[in-house]
This record gives sequence, structure tokens and C-alpha cells, in this order.
Amino acid sequence: MPAQTLIFVATRKGAWIYRSDAARERWVPDGPHFLGHIIHHLMLDPRDGRTLLAAASTGHLGPTMFRSTDFGRTWDEAKAPPAFAKAADGEKGRSVHHNFWLAPGHAGEPGVWYVGTSPQGLFRSEDGGSTWEGVAGFNDDPLFRKWSSDEQAGTPDGPMLHSVIVDPRDAKHLYVGMSSGGVHESRDGGASWTPMIDGMAVWGDFDPSVMEFHDPHCVRVCPSNPDRLYQQNHCGIYRIDRPETTWTRIGNAMPHEIGDVGFPMTVHPRDADTAWVFPMDGTMVWPRTSIDGKPAVYATRDGGASWARQDKGMPADQAWWTVKRQAMCADTHDPVGLYFGTTSGALWASRDEGGSWSEIAAHLPHIFAVESAVLE
Amino acid sequence: MIVGIPGALYSYTGASDVEAEGGTLGALIADLDRRYPGLRFRIIDEQDRFRRHIRCFVNGVQSFDLDQPLSGDDEVVLVQALSGG
Repeated sequence: MPAQTLIFVATRKGAWIYRSDAARERWVPDGPHFLGHIIHHLMLDPRDGRTLLAAASTGHLGPTMFRSTDFGRTWDEAKAPPAFAKAADGEKGRSVHHNFWLAPGHAGEPGVWYVGTSPQGLFRSEDGGSTWEGVAGFNDDPLFRKWSSDEQAGTPDGPMLHSVIVDPRDAKHLYVGMSSGGVHESRDGGASWTPMIDGMAVWGDFDPSVMEFHDPHCVRVCPSNPDRLYQQNHCGIYRIDRPETTWTRIGNAMPHEIGDVGFPMTVHPRDADTAWVFPMDGTMVWPRTSIDGKPAVYATRDGGASWARQDKGMPADQAWWTVKRQAMCADTHDPVGLYFGTTSGALWASRDEGGSWSEIAAHLPHIFAVESAVLE
Repeated sequence: MIVGIPGALYSYTGASDVEAEGGTLGALIADLDRRYPGLRFRIIDEQDRFRRHIRCFVNGVQSFDLDQPLSGDDEVVLVQALSGG
């Protein structure tokens, strides 16, 4: 059977699946799924190639998780969606507002999934997403409770636990990013955590030793070298090569007029020196749109020592796009396909690692997340 | 008793009015969840609070109290109350 390429698009009003072949020239939409639901993330399990999880809520109803094993023809709701522990009498309890960042577990742990939530919590499922338990080492730790803030704090969409990363070599080695609270590492499956904020800048004259001032936007591990992580932060683009513990600001090599502010970052599946970002305007009141209304992806092929603009096919002017932290991804073809979705509902693709771009869907709702999968 | 169900929950109940039993509002919603698994968490959070855009009326009076006693002839209506687009 020829390879099938899928794009999973999660939006503020539902979810879509786009299908193509290995050539990726024509895309066929399948959707909407869950029309009217807020879908923050839609992801296929890369371990079985058939289990699809959707992090869902609506404007009225509380958050839940839906699961499909037939590519969305039928969906089952989680029996026990992520939920914080009930607070003791007199204590203020937390309530999951939305499930934000889905992450399949280690290849050696089929059925295990993680999800980061808003307010910031970490949850784990061991049955393919049907029942979820809080990761106590994170959710119940007093320091993380302090750093996590509550639903009233943080960004307009609430503080989010994101970038849940499982080391492909070690199921117990985890990383998470906190939209306020820094990057953290666990080597014991989430029982204990170590901050990883050295080298990361914070805004203005604030004290970088204060965890709450740190605002990583997106952290990615390189599949071809899991010791290398890239990070797009509120304050710059970074790289770290473990066992180093200090991030290096590779965004300093970006053109000065572009800067190194953005939300998403994605990495090459086979080349750890190659990564892509989507820079945004972080001046004055922080429009977080394409700089000067001229959208572009920037690529590095040398681990961040240099960056090249990639905008062929995109509008030359008056395109004020915002691309959120989960809304850019890479497939595993050679050459790699890249995809991103905008908050104005456009889905863009490149079949040549960013060399040229085309719009494959327009007029979708506000796009939260874009994921891809290649099925052989 | 008959409970009025908002449209957002028809995917669970399949109907706008359904039967459920309970001596308190909390027990009534627990019975709804037994009959329609998953419904409770969509309208009540893990701290036993009604969600922000869900309202419950008992005999036409708004209630947030899951301990509120109910009798068989009470009228309970769940309502969705959303603003914004």
C-alpha cells in the first residue's frame, strides 16, 4: 500500500483530518469532527498507527478526552478524564480547564499517554487514554503548586503545561515546559523534577532565578539525537546538548530585524542540526503576528549557528498571521514535509523542507494544533 | 423525576427531558451519570462546583448547592449559559 500522509488539525470549533499520499500534492479534508467543540490537540499514536486522541471541551461543558481507533469514524469518551484531586475542606482546589498537550508514552510502554493541562498539571494514562491519573510528583509538589499559578494567572488562555517529552531511550526520562514556570526534567518517571532554566532569559530586568518569570513556549527533542533539545521561548530561541545543563541562545544568530520571538518550533526527524521556527512580532504591545505582515519560516541547518528565511509561496505583504506553539510540525518523508496552521484558519504545507510553501486549506476556525503522521 | 437537559448534553442523553432519581441535587446528578456515563464531569468539576457556564434551576430557582434536598415532584432543569462567539 502506498504511504498515506495525514495532518491532524485541532481548532477552536472542531477538528479536521487531511489526507494525501506520499507525494503530498493533493489533500482531501475529512471533517469537521466534533463541530463546535474546542479541540486543543488531536494526535495519532505513533506506536500503533491507529489510536487517535482528541483533547476536547466546549464553551459550556468541562474538558474531556475522546478516543478513536478507526480514524474518527467513531469516538469513545474517556471513562475518567484528567482531573485534579479533590481539595481538603477549607483548601482551594484546582479544576482542569482544558487538556492542552498530548504526548504518547515510550515505545516500550504501549497504551501510556501523558497530557499537560491548564491550569498546569500533568496526567498519565496507561490504557490508551481512557482513564487518567495525576502525576503526583508534579501536581502535588508544593513548589510546582506555587510555580504553576492558577487559572486566573498567566497568559490569556491560561497557564499551560506543554512540551511533554519522553526520551525515546528511557521511559522514565521526561521533560516538561511550563508557560509560566520554566523547563523541568525528571529521571524517575515524574516522581521528582529538576529545573532546567540556566541560560534562559526572562523579560526586562526581572530576576531569572525566579521560576515564575520563565516562559518557554515550545520545547522539542531531536529524534535522531535525543540529547539535543531546541526551545522557542518568550525570550529567544535556545539549544541544549545534554548532559549540559545550560541553554545556549541560538536566536542571537537570527537577523536583527526579525528577532527570535515566536511560539512554535519543530525539528528534523533525521538531522539534529536542522530545525524551524515561525518568528513573530514581540515589539511594543506584542502583536505576535508575522513581522511587518510578511510571514516567513526560518530554518537552521547548523544547530542554530545561522538561519535562512523560507517564504517562497507565502504572501509578500499584509499577512498578519499568528501560529501557536502546537501549530507547526514536520512529517517523516524525505524530503521532509512541514505544516503550520494560523489562528486565522489557514493551513500551509511545504513538501521540500521549507523551500516552497502552498496553502492547502483556508477558512478553517482558529487553529490550535497541527500534527502529522505517515502510514506505510 | 424528569430532568431538563440542555442541547450540549444531548450527545449523552439523546433527549431534552430524561428520568432520574435522587434525594438531593448531588444524588440526582450522580444518578444521571450512572445512566449517561461521563455527563457529570461535563457539568460539575472535580471540586464539586457547577461549571462556569452551566446553571441548574430547581422549581425555577437557581441552585449551586449539591446538598439541596429534592422531592419527587420537584422540577429540575439544567441550562447552558454561554456568552461570546
